[in-house]
Amino acid sequence: MIFYYKRALQDIIDHKFLNAITIITIAISILIVSAFSLFFVNANEIINSWKKGIRIMAYLKPGVPEVKIPELKQKIKRINGIQDVRFIPKSKALQLLKKQMKRQSSLFENLKENPLPDAFEIRLIASSQNQDKVEIIATRLESFPQVDEVEYGKKWLGRFTNFFNLFRLIGYAMGGLFFMAAVLIVANTIRLMLYSRREEVEIMRLVGATDRFIKAPFYIQGLIQGTFGGIIGITILFITFMFISSSVDQGFSPGLFTIKFLSPGAFFGIILYSMFVGWIGCYISLKQFLK
Amino acid sequence: MIEGKNKSSIIRMFHVNKNYGAKKALVDITLDIPKNELLFISGPSGAGKTTLLKLLYLGEAVSEGQVLIEGMNLSRISSKRIPLLRRKYGIIFQDYKLIATKTVFDNVAIVLEAIGKKRRFIEKKVKSVLRTVGMEDSLHSLPLSLSGGEQQRIAVARAVVGDPKIILADEPTGNLDEDSADIVLELLKRFHARGATVIIATHDKELIRKTGGRVIHLNQGYLQKTTTV
Repeated sequence: MIFYYKRALQDIIDHKFLNAITIITIAISILIVSAFSLFFVNANEIINSWKKGIRIMAYLKPGVPEVKIPELKQKIKRINGIQDVRFIPKSKALQLLKKQMKRQSSLFENLKENPLPDAFEIRLIASSQNQDKVEIIATRLESFPQVDEVEYGKKWLGRFTNFFNLFRLIGYAMGGLFFMAAVLIVANTIRLMLYSRREEVEIMRLVGATDRFIKAPFYIQGLIQGTFGGIIGITILFITFMFISSSVDQGFSPGLFTIKFLSPGAFFGIILYSMFVGWIGCYISLKQFLK
Repeated sequence: MIEGKNKSSIIRMFHVNKNYGAKKALVDITLDIPKNELLFISGPSGAGKTTLLKLLYLGEAVSEGQVLIEGMNLSRISSKRIPLLRRKYGIIFQDYKLIATKTVFDNVAIVLEAIGKKRRFIEKKVKSVLRTVGMEDSLHSLPLSLSGGEQQRIAVARAVVGDPKIILADEPTGNLDEDSADIVLELLKRFHARGATVIIATHDKELIRKTGGRVIHLNQGYLQKTTTV
Protein backbone atom coordinates (compact mmCIF):
# COMPACT_ATOMS: atom_id res chain seq x y z
CA MET A 1 0.00 0.00 0.00
CA ILE A 2 2.85 2.38 0.86
CA PHE A 3 4.27 1.57 -2.55
CA TYR A 4 1.00 2.65 -4.22
CA TYR A 5 0.99 5.90 -2.22
CA LYS A 6 4.58 6.60 -3.23
CA ARG A 7 3.73 6.01 -6.89
CA ALA A 8 0.65 8.21 -6.62
CA LEU A 9 2.65 11.05 -5.02
CA GLN A 10 5.37 10.68 -7.62
CA ASP A 11 2.74 10.87 -10.37
CA ILE A 12 1.31 14.03 -8.84
CA ILE A 13 4.80 15.58 -8.78
CA ASP A 14 5.45 14.48 -12.37
CA HIS A 15 2.14 15.94 -13.60
CA LYS A 16 1.90 19.06 -11.44
CA PHE A 17 -0.04 21.16 -13.90
CA LEU A 18 -2.78 18.62 -14.65
CA ASN A 19 -3.13 17.85 -10.97
CA ALA A 20 -3.29 21.54 -10.04
CA ILE A 21 -6.09 22.08 -12.59
CA THR A 22 -8.05 19.17 -11.15
CA ILE A 23 -7.58 20.32 -7.57
CA ILE A 24 -8.65 23.88 -8.45
CA THR A 25 -11.75 22.59 -10.26
CA ILE A 26 -12.73 20.44 -7.30
CA ALA A 27 -12.04 23.36 -4.94
CA ILE A 28 -14.35 25.67 -6.93
CA SER A 29 -17.17 23.17 -7.06
CA ILE A 30 -16.78 22.38 -3.36
CA LEU A 31 -16.75 26.12 -2.61
CA ILE A 32 -20.04 26.63 -4.46
CA VAL A 33 -21.73 23.55 -3.02
CA SER A 34 -20.61 24.31 0.53
CA ALA A 35 -21.59 27.98 0.17
CA PHE A 36 -25.11 26.82 -0.63
CA SER A 37 -24.99 24.44 2.36
CA LEU A 38 -23.86 27.28 4.59
CA PHE A 39 -26.71 29.49 3.37
CA PHE A 40 -29.27 26.73 4.00
CA VAL A 41 -27.95 25.99 7.47
CA ASN A 42 -28.24 29.65 8.49
CA ALA A 43 -31.53 30.34 6.69
CA ASN A 44 -33.04 27.25 8.31
CA GLU A 45 -31.82 28.41 11.69
CA ILE A 46 -33.40 31.84 11.21
CA ILE A 47 -36.70 30.42 9.97
CA ASN A 48 -36.88 28.00 12.90
CA SER A 49 -36.26 30.76 15.40
CA TRP A 50 -38.95 32.89 13.75
CA LYS A 51 -41.37 29.99 13.70
CA LYS A 52 -40.96 29.55 17.44
CA GLY A 53 -42.25 33.10 17.85
CA ILE A 54 -45.46 32.56 15.88
CA ARG A 55 -48.54 33.58 17.87
CA ILE A 56 -52.06 34.47 16.96
CA MET A 57 -53.89 37.44 18.45
CA ALA A 58 -57.70 37.16 18.53
CA TYR A 59 -59.26 40.60 19.28
CA LEU A 60 -62.74 40.51 20.79
CA LYS A 61 -65.71 42.65 19.89
CA PRO A 62 -66.55 45.37 22.41
CA GLY A 63 -69.01 44.38 25.11
CA VAL A 64 -68.23 40.70 25.47
CA PRO A 65 -69.23 40.00 29.09
CA GLU A 66 -66.39 39.08 31.42
CA VAL A 67 -68.24 35.93 32.55
CA LYS A 68 -68.15 34.55 29.01
CA ILE A 69 -64.36 34.83 28.80
CA PRO A 70 -63.43 31.49 30.54
CA GLU A 71 -65.92 29.61 28.37
CA LEU A 72 -64.53 31.18 25.20
CA LYS A 73 -61.00 30.46 26.37
CA GLN A 74 -61.89 26.76 26.77
CA LYS A 75 -63.43 26.67 23.30
CA ILE A 76 -60.27 28.13 21.80
CA LYS A 77 -58.08 25.69 23.73
CA ARG A 78 -60.00 22.78 22.24
CA ILE A 79 -58.95 23.78 18.71
CA ASN A 80 -56.43 21.33 17.34
CA GLY A 81 -52.84 22.61 17.37
CA ILE A 82 -53.16 25.11 20.19
CA GLN A 83 -50.59 24.97 22.96
CA ASP A 84 -51.53 27.84 25.21
CA VAL A 85 -54.22 30.54 25.39
CA ARG A 86 -53.83 33.70 27.45
CA PHE A 87 -56.50 36.33 27.96
CA ILE A 88 -55.24 39.91 27.84
CA PRO A 89 -57.88 42.35 29.11
CA LYS A 90 -57.88 45.71 27.41
CA SER A 91 -56.70 47.44 30.64
CA LYS A 92 -53.59 45.27 30.74
CA ALA A 93 -53.03 45.79 27.02
CA LEU A 94 -53.03 49.56 27.58
CA GLN A 95 -50.58 49.22 30.47
CA LEU A 96 -48.25 47.17 28.27
CA LEU A 97 -48.56 49.71 25.47
CA LYS A 98 -47.75 52.57 27.82
CA LYS A 99 -44.75 50.64 29.09
CA GLN A 100 -43.50 50.03 25.57
CA MET A 101 -44.04 53.65 24.51
CA LYS A 102 -42.63 55.44 27.54
CA ARG A 103 -41.17 58.25 25.47
CA GLN A 104 -44.50 58.99 23.83
CA SER A 105 -46.44 58.95 27.15
CA SER A 106 -48.05 62.31 26.32
CA LEU A 107 -50.08 60.52 23.63
CA PHE A 108 -51.98 58.65 26.32
CA GLU A 109 -52.65 61.62 28.62
CA ASN A 110 -55.68 62.90 26.74
CA LEU A 111 -57.33 59.51 26.22
CA LYS A 112 -60.90 59.59 27.55
CA GLU A 113 -61.38 55.87 27.30
CA ASN A 114 -59.27 52.79 26.53
CA PRO A 115 -59.36 52.30 22.75
CA LEU A 116 -57.83 48.81 22.86
CA PRO A 117 -59.97 45.66 22.69
CA ASP A 118 -59.83 42.61 24.94
CA ALA A 119 -57.80 39.88 23.31
CA PHE A 120 -56.58 36.33 23.45
CA GLU A 121 -52.92 35.57 22.81
CA ILE A 122 -52.68 32.08 21.35
CA ARG A 123 -49.47 30.04 21.04
CA LEU A 124 -49.26 26.99 18.84
CA ILE A 125 -47.70 23.56 19.24
CA ALA A 126 -44.49 23.00 17.18
CA SER A 127 -46.14 20.91 14.44
CA SER A 128 -48.69 23.70 13.83
CA GLN A 129 -46.05 26.34 13.30
CA ASN A 130 -46.41 26.56 9.57
CA GLN A 131 -48.29 28.81 7.24
CA ASP A 132 -51.09 26.38 6.30
CA LYS A 133 -51.98 25.34 9.84
CA VAL A 134 -51.83 28.88 11.16
CA GLU A 135 -54.35 29.92 8.51
CA ILE A 136 -56.72 27.05 9.41
CA ILE A 137 -56.59 27.96 13.10
CA ALA A 138 -57.12 31.65 12.29
CA THR A 139 -60.21 30.83 10.22
CA ARG A 140 -61.63 28.80 13.12
CA LEU A 141 -61.04 31.70 15.49
CA GLU A 142 -62.74 34.15 13.14
CA SER A 143 -65.83 31.93 13.16
CA PHE A 144 -66.44 32.70 16.84
CA PRO A 145 -69.10 35.46 17.06
CA GLN A 146 -67.24 37.18 19.91
CA VAL A 147 -64.08 37.53 17.84
CA ASP A 148 -63.75 40.75 15.92
CA GLU A 149 -60.40 40.32 14.24
CA VAL A 150 -57.62 37.75 14.10
CA GLU A 151 -54.08 38.78 13.51
CA TYR A 152 -51.15 36.48 12.94
CA GLY A 153 -48.24 38.67 11.99
CA LYS A 154 -45.41 37.50 9.86
CA LYS A 155 -47.60 36.57 6.93
CA TRP A 156 -44.46 37.21 4.95
CA LEU A 157 -42.97 34.19 6.70
CA GLY A 158 -44.94 32.01 4.29
CA ARG A 159 -43.60 33.88 1.34
CA PHE A 160 -40.08 33.64 2.71
CA THR A 161 -40.48 29.90 3.33
CA ASN A 162 -41.62 29.43 -0.26
CA PHE A 163 -38.67 31.47 -1.48
CA PHE A 164 -36.36 29.47 0.74
CA ASN A 165 -37.73 26.19 -0.60
CA LEU A 166 -37.28 27.41 -4.17
CA PHE A 167 -33.75 28.46 -3.33
CA ARG A 168 -33.11 25.04 -1.81
CA LEU A 169 -34.28 23.37 -5.03
CA ILE A 170 -31.97 25.61 -7.03
CA GLY A 171 -29.21 24.70 -4.57
CA TYR A 172 -29.77 20.98 -5.09
CA ALA A 173 -29.79 21.46 -8.86
CA MET A 174 -26.63 23.59 -8.75
CA GLY A 175 -24.98 21.10 -6.38
CA GLY A 176 -25.85 18.27 -8.77
CA LEU A 177 -24.55 20.20 -11.77
CA PHE A 178 -21.31 21.15 -10.07
CA PHE A 179 -20.89 17.58 -8.87
CA MET A 180 -21.22 16.32 -12.45
CA ALA A 181 -18.94 19.07 -13.78
CA ALA A 182 -16.28 18.27 -11.19
CA VAL A 183 -16.54 14.53 -11.84
CA LEU A 184 -16.24 15.03 -15.61
CA ILE A 185 -13.28 17.36 -15.26
CA VAL A 186 -11.51 14.95 -12.89
CA ALA A 187 -12.30 12.11 -15.29
CA ASN A 188 -10.89 14.09 -18.21
CA THR A 189 -7.76 15.06 -16.30
CA ILE A 190 -7.11 11.46 -15.34
CA ARG A 191 -7.80 10.46 -18.95
CA LEU A 192 -5.26 13.02 -20.15
CA MET A 193 -2.75 11.60 -17.67
CA LEU A 194 -3.52 8.09 -18.85
CA TYR A 195 -3.09 9.11 -22.49
CA SER A 196 0.21 10.77 -21.71
CA ARG A 197 1.26 7.50 -20.08
CA ARG A 198 -0.48 5.01 -22.32
CA GLU A 199 2.84 3.46 -23.35
CA GLU A 200 3.80 3.03 -19.72
CA VAL A 201 0.42 1.44 -18.96
CA GLU A 202 0.83 -0.84 -22.00
CA ILE A 203 4.30 -1.88 -20.84
CA MET A 204 3.03 -2.54 -17.33
CA ARG A 205 0.35 -4.81 -18.77
CA LEU A 206 2.90 -6.63 -20.93
CA VAL A 207 5.12 -7.38 -17.94
CA GLY A 208 2.20 -8.94 -16.10
CA ALA A 209 0.95 -6.07 -13.95
CA THR A 210 -2.61 -6.59 -12.79
CA ASP A 211 -5.27 -3.94 -13.39
CA ARG A 212 -5.24 -3.34 -9.64
CA PHE A 213 -1.52 -2.56 -9.74
CA ILE A 214 -2.10 -0.08 -12.58
CA LYS A 215 -5.27 1.48 -11.20
CA ALA A 216 -4.43 1.82 -7.49
CA PRO A 217 -2.12 4.86 -7.82
CA PHE A 218 -4.70 6.65 -9.97
CA TYR A 219 -7.43 6.06 -7.39
CA ILE A 220 -5.10 7.32 -4.65
CA GLN A 221 -4.37 10.38 -6.80
CA GLY A 222 -8.12 10.96 -7.20
CA LEU A 223 -8.61 10.75 -3.43
CA ILE A 224 -5.67 13.10 -2.79
CA GLN A 225 -6.99 15.56 -5.39
CA GLY A 226 -10.43 15.37 -3.79
CA THR A 227 -9.06 15.92 -0.29
CA PHE A 228 -6.93 18.92 -1.29
CA GLY A 229 -9.73 20.35 -3.45
CA GLY A 230 -12.16 19.99 -0.55
CA ILE A 231 -9.82 21.56 2.00
CA ILE A 232 -8.99 24.49 -0.31
CA GLY A 233 -12.69 25.03 -1.14
CA ILE A 234 -13.74 25.03 2.52
CA THR A 235 -10.80 27.25 3.51
CA ILE A 236 -11.82 29.86 0.93
CA LEU A 237 -15.41 29.61 2.18
CA PHE A 238 -14.25 30.02 5.78
CA ILE A 239 -12.21 33.13 4.96
CA THR A 240 -15.18 34.60 3.06
CA PHE A 241 -17.45 33.66 5.96
CA MET A 242 -15.21 35.39 8.50
CA PHE A 243 -15.20 38.52 6.37
CA ILE A 244 -18.98 38.52 5.86
CA SER A 245 -19.84 37.60 9.45
CA SER A 246 -17.74 40.47 10.83
CA SER A 247 -19.56 42.85 8.43
CA VAL A 248 -22.92 41.45 9.53
CA ASP A 249 -22.02 41.91 13.21
CA GLN A 250 -21.11 45.51 12.54
CA GLY A 251 -24.20 46.20 10.45
CA PHE A 252 -26.82 44.64 12.72
CA SER A 253 -27.44 44.92 16.39
CA PRO A 254 -25.61 42.10 18.13
CA GLY A 255 -27.77 39.14 19.10
CA LEU A 256 -30.46 39.83 16.49
CA PHE A 257 -29.12 36.87 14.62
CA THR A 258 -25.79 35.12 14.57
CA ILE A 259 -24.59 33.45 11.42
CA LYS A 260 -22.88 30.14 12.00
CA PHE A 261 -20.21 28.25 10.04
CA LEU A 262 -20.65 24.62 9.07
CA SER A 263 -20.52 22.09 11.89
CA PRO A 264 -17.49 19.74 12.15
CA GLY A 265 -19.77 16.94 10.91
CA ALA A 266 -20.74 18.92 7.81
CA PHE A 267 -17.09 19.87 7.29
CA PHE A 268 -16.00 16.23 7.24
CA GLY A 269 -19.03 15.35 5.14
CA ILE A 270 -17.96 17.86 2.51
CA ILE A 271 -14.37 16.56 2.54
CA LEU A 272 -15.70 13.02 2.07
CA TYR A 273 -17.94 14.26 -0.75
CA SER A 274 -14.92 15.92 -2.33
CA MET A 275 -12.89 12.70 -2.04
CA PHE A 276 -15.77 10.86 -3.63
CA VAL A 277 -15.74 13.34 -6.54
CA GLY A 278 -12.03 12.58 -7.07
CA TRP A 279 -12.57 8.85 -6.81
CA ILE A 280 -15.58 8.63 -9.12
CA GLY A 281 -13.77 10.78 -11.71
CA CYS A 282 -10.93 8.23 -11.69
CA TYR A 283 -13.33 5.33 -11.82
CA ILE A 284 -15.05 6.67 -14.95
CA SER A 285 -11.87 7.35 -16.91
CA LEU A 286 -10.09 4.14 -15.83
CA LYS A 287 -13.11 2.08 -16.77
CA GLN A 288 -13.08 3.56 -20.27
CA PHE A 289 -9.30 3.50 -20.68
CA LEU A 290 -8.54 0.01 -19.41
CA LYS A 291 -11.34 -1.78 -21.25
CA MET B 1 1.65 -32.80 -38.75
CA ILE B 2 2.68 -30.81 -35.68
CA GLU B 3 5.97 -29.03 -36.23
CA GLY B 4 8.58 -29.97 -33.59
CA LYS B 5 6.25 -32.28 -31.67
CA ASN B 6 7.73 -33.07 -28.31
CA LYS B 7 6.39 -34.48 -25.07
CA SER B 8 7.75 -31.62 -22.96
CA SER B 9 6.19 -28.87 -25.07
CA ILE B 10 5.82 -25.51 -23.45
CA ILE B 11 3.93 -23.95 -26.36
CA ARG B 12 1.50 -25.67 -28.74
CA MET B 13 -0.48 -24.08 -31.55
CA PHE B 14 -3.25 -25.97 -33.36
CA HIS B 15 -4.55 -24.74 -36.71
CA VAL B 16 -4.26 -21.14 -35.68
CA ASN B 17 -5.67 -18.43 -37.91
CA LYS B 18 -5.50 -14.73 -37.32
CA ASN B 19 -7.47 -12.31 -39.47
CA TYR B 20 -7.61 -8.52 -39.41
CA GLY B 21 -10.88 -7.99 -41.21
CA ALA B 22 -10.46 -9.54 -44.62
CA LYS B 23 -6.68 -9.67 -44.31
CA LYS B 24 -5.24 -13.02 -43.25
CA ALA B 25 -2.22 -12.43 -41.00
CA LEU B 26 -1.70 -16.10 -40.05
CA VAL B 27 -3.15 -19.14 -41.78
CA ASP B 28 -3.50 -22.59 -40.26
CA ILE B 29 -0.39 -22.52 -38.10
CA THR B 30 0.29 -25.71 -36.18
CA LEU B 31 3.43 -25.64 -34.10
CA ASP B 32 4.96 -27.31 -31.08
CA ILE B 33 7.78 -25.68 -29.12
CA PRO B 34 9.62 -27.80 -26.56
CA LYS B 35 10.91 -26.43 -23.29
CA ASN B 36 14.32 -24.76 -23.46
CA GLU B 37 14.31 -24.51 -27.25
CA LEU B 38 15.97 -21.63 -29.06
CA LEU B 39 13.62 -21.04 -31.96
CA PHE B 40 13.73 -18.50 -34.75
CA ILE B 41 10.67 -17.26 -36.58
CA SER B 42 11.90 -15.99 -39.89
CA GLY B 43 10.32 -14.27 -42.83
CA PRO B 44 10.04 -10.98 -44.62
CA SER B 45 8.15 -7.96 -43.29
CA GLY B 46 4.41 -8.69 -43.14
CA ALA B 47 4.99 -12.46 -42.94
CA GLY B 48 3.18 -12.67 -39.58
CA LYS B 49 6.17 -12.98 -37.21
CA THR B 50 5.05 -10.26 -34.78
CA THR B 51 1.43 -11.43 -34.96
CA LEU B 52 2.49 -14.92 -33.98
CA LEU B 53 4.36 -13.59 -30.94
CA LYS B 54 1.37 -11.42 -29.99
CA LEU B 55 -0.89 -14.46 -30.00
CA LEU B 56 1.42 -16.12 -27.50
CA TYR B 57 1.25 -13.32 -24.92
CA LEU B 58 -2.38 -12.46 -25.73
CA GLY B 59 -1.51 -9.12 -27.25
CA GLU B 60 -4.02 -10.37 -29.81
CA ALA B 61 -6.61 -13.13 -29.67
CA VAL B 62 -6.66 -15.93 -32.23
CA SER B 63 -9.44 -15.84 -34.84
CA GLU B 64 -9.54 -19.64 -35.09
CA GLY B 65 -7.60 -22.53 -33.62
CA GLN B 66 -6.01 -22.97 -30.22
CA VAL B 67 -2.86 -21.91 -28.43
CA LEU B 68 -1.71 -23.78 -25.34
CA ILE B 69 0.97 -22.46 -23.01
CA GLU B 70 2.08 -25.12 -20.51
CA GLY B 71 -1.27 -26.78 -21.15
CA MET B 72 -3.21 -23.55 -20.51
CA ASN B 73 -5.65 -22.90 -23.36
CA LEU B 74 -5.43 -19.19 -24.17
CA SER B 75 -8.89 -19.17 -25.79
CA ARG B 76 -10.42 -20.00 -22.42
CA ILE B 77 -8.29 -17.87 -20.18
CA SER B 78 -10.18 -15.28 -18.11
CA SER B 79 -9.06 -11.65 -18.32
CA LYS B 80 -8.01 -11.83 -14.65
CA ARG B 81 -5.49 -14.58 -15.45
CA ILE B 82 -3.87 -12.74 -18.37
CA PRO B 83 -1.32 -10.99 -16.07
CA LEU B 84 -0.39 -14.41 -14.64
CA LEU B 85 0.17 -15.72 -18.17
CA ARG B 86 2.34 -12.75 -19.07
CA ARG B 87 4.56 -13.33 -16.06
CA LYS B 88 5.71 -16.52 -17.77
CA TYR B 89 7.24 -14.33 -20.47
CA GLY B 90 10.03 -11.86 -20.87
CA ILE B 91 9.31 -9.80 -23.95
CA ILE B 92 11.86 -7.83 -25.97
CA PHE B 93 10.76 -5.41 -28.67
CA GLN B 94 12.58 -3.91 -31.62
CA ASP B 95 11.76 -0.42 -30.32
CA TYR B 96 12.75 -1.41 -26.74
CA LYS B 97 9.53 -0.04 -25.19
CA LEU B 98 11.26 1.49 -22.20
CA ILE B 99 9.44 4.09 -20.11
CA ALA B 100 11.18 7.34 -21.01
CA THR B 101 10.34 9.10 -17.73
CA LYS B 102 11.70 6.33 -15.50
CA THR B 103 15.30 5.52 -14.72
CA VAL B 104 17.00 2.36 -15.92
CA PHE B 105 16.56 0.87 -12.45
CA ASP B 106 12.83 1.68 -12.37
CA ASN B 107 12.30 0.33 -15.89
CA VAL B 108 13.66 -3.04 -14.85
CA ALA B 109 12.21 -2.98 -11.33
CA ILE B 110 8.65 -2.52 -12.61
CA VAL B 111 8.42 -6.23 -13.46
CA LEU B 112 9.13 -7.24 -9.88
CA GLU B 113 7.01 -4.44 -8.42
CA ALA B 114 4.09 -5.66 -10.50
CA ILE B 115 4.30 -9.09 -8.89
CA GLY B 116 4.60 -7.61 -5.41
CA LYS B 117 8.22 -8.44 -4.58
CA LYS B 118 9.81 -6.78 -1.54
CA ARG B 119 11.88 -3.64 -2.06
CA ARG B 120 15.11 -5.20 -0.78
CA PHE B 121 14.75 -8.19 -3.10
CA ILE B 122 13.98 -5.89 -6.04
CA GLU B 123 17.09 -3.78 -5.47
CA LYS B 124 19.32 -6.82 -5.22
CA LYS B 125 17.83 -8.60 -8.22
CA VAL B 126 17.71 -5.57 -10.53
CA LYS B 127 21.33 -4.66 -9.79
CA SER B 128 22.38 -8.24 -10.39
CA VAL B 129 20.59 -8.43 -13.76
CA LEU B 130 21.93 -5.04 -14.84
CA ARG B 131 25.42 -6.31 -13.98
CA THR B 132 24.80 -9.36 -16.17
CA VAL B 133 23.87 -7.16 -19.16
CA GLY B 134 26.75 -4.80 -18.41
CA MET B 135 24.59 -1.80 -17.50
CA GLU B 136 25.21 -1.58 -13.75
CA ASP B 137 26.74 1.89 -14.11
CA SER B 138 23.57 3.34 -15.67
CA LEU B 139 21.17 2.64 -12.81
CA HIS B 140 19.99 6.21 -12.52
CA SER B 141 20.15 7.17 -16.19
CA LEU B 142 17.07 7.85 -18.24
CA PRO B 143 16.67 5.55 -21.26
CA LEU B 144 16.85 8.35 -23.83
CA SER B 145 20.32 9.28 -22.60
CA LEU B 146 21.59 5.83 -23.67
CA SER B 147 22.51 4.43 -27.09
CA GLY B 148 20.19 2.03 -28.94
CA GLY B 149 22.36 -0.96 -28.00
CA GLU B 150 22.36 0.06 -24.35
CA GLN B 151 18.59 0.56 -24.37
CA GLN B 152 18.12 -2.90 -25.84
CA ARG B 153 20.34 -4.36 -23.10
CA ILE B 154 18.06 -2.68 -20.54
CA ALA B 155 15.09 -4.20 -22.36
CA VAL B 156 16.78 -7.61 -22.12
CA ALA B 157 17.38 -7.03 -18.41
CA ARG B 158 13.73 -6.19 -17.96
CA ALA B 159 12.73 -9.30 -19.89
CA VAL B 160 14.80 -11.66 -17.74
CA VAL B 161 14.58 -10.06 -14.30
CA GLY B 162 11.46 -12.03 -13.40
CA ASP B 163 13.15 -15.35 -14.37
CA PRO B 164 10.59 -16.06 -17.11
CA LYS B 165 10.18 -19.50 -18.62
CA ILE B 166 9.83 -18.05 -22.11
CA ILE B 167 11.65 -15.12 -23.72
CA LEU B 168 9.95 -13.60 -26.76
CA ALA B 169 12.16 -11.29 -28.80
CA ASP B 170 10.65 -9.39 -31.68
CA GLU B 171 13.44 -8.20 -34.03
CA PRO B 172 15.70 -7.64 -31.00
CA THR B 173 18.64 -6.53 -33.11
CA GLY B 174 16.67 -4.75 -35.81
CA ASN B 175 17.72 -1.26 -34.71
CA LEU B 176 21.25 -2.11 -33.56
CA ASP B 177 24.71 -1.95 -35.09
CA GLU B 178 26.60 -5.22 -35.44
CA ASP B 179 28.54 -5.01 -32.16
CA SER B 180 25.45 -4.15 -30.13
CA ALA B 181 23.50 -6.87 -31.91
CA ASP B 182 26.18 -9.41 -30.98
CA ILE B 183 26.02 -8.38 -27.32
CA VAL B 184 22.23 -8.75 -27.24
CA LEU B 185 22.42 -12.09 -29.02
CA GLU B 186 25.02 -13.36 -26.57
CA LEU B 187 22.78 -12.35 -23.69
CA LEU B 188 19.83 -14.22 -25.21
CA LYS B 189 22.00 -17.31 -25.70
CA ARG B 190 23.16 -17.05 -22.09
CA PHE B 191 19.58 -16.97 -20.75
CA HIS B 192 18.71 -19.86 -23.06
CA ALA B 193 21.62 -21.79 -21.59
CA ARG B 194 20.16 -21.12 -18.13
CA GLY B 195 16.97 -22.94 -19.12
CA ALA B 196 14.66 -20.40 -20.74
CA THR B 197 12.77 -21.12 -23.95
CA VAL B 198 13.79 -18.35 -26.34
CA ILE B 199 11.77 -17.42 -29.41
CA ILE B 200 13.29 -14.80 -31.69
CA ALA B 201 11.35 -13.26 -34.55
CA THR B 202 13.76 -11.89 -37.11
CA HIS B 203 14.30 -11.38 -40.81
CA ASP B 204 18.07 -11.22 -40.25
CA LYS B 205 19.55 -14.40 -41.81
CA GLU B 206 23.02 -13.56 -40.51
CA LEU B 207 21.74 -13.52 -36.95
CA ILE B 208 20.22 -16.98 -37.46
CA ARG B 209 23.37 -18.29 -39.05
CA LYS B 210 25.52 -17.03 -36.16
CA THR B 211 23.29 -18.51 -33.49
CA GLY B 212 21.91 -21.73 -34.94
CA GLY B 213 18.73 -23.56 -34.00
CA ARG B 214 15.37 -24.49 -35.40
CA VAL B 215 13.91 -21.94 -37.79
CA ILE B 216 10.31 -21.71 -38.89
CA HIS B 217 9.79 -19.75 -42.06
CA LEU B 218 6.64 -17.68 -42.46
CA ASN B 219 5.48 -16.01 -45.63
CA GLN B 220 2.27 -14.03 -45.97
CA GLY B 221 0.89 -15.73 -42.89
CA TYR B 222 1.67 -19.30 -44.00
CA LEU B 223 4.19 -21.57 -42.31
CA GLN B 224 6.27 -22.46 -45.36
CA LYS B 225 8.93 -24.72 -43.92
CA THR B 226 10.98 -25.60 -40.86
CA THR B 227 14.74 -25.89 -41.04
CA THR B 228 17.54 -26.40 -38.58
CA VAL B 229 20.68 -24.32 -38.84
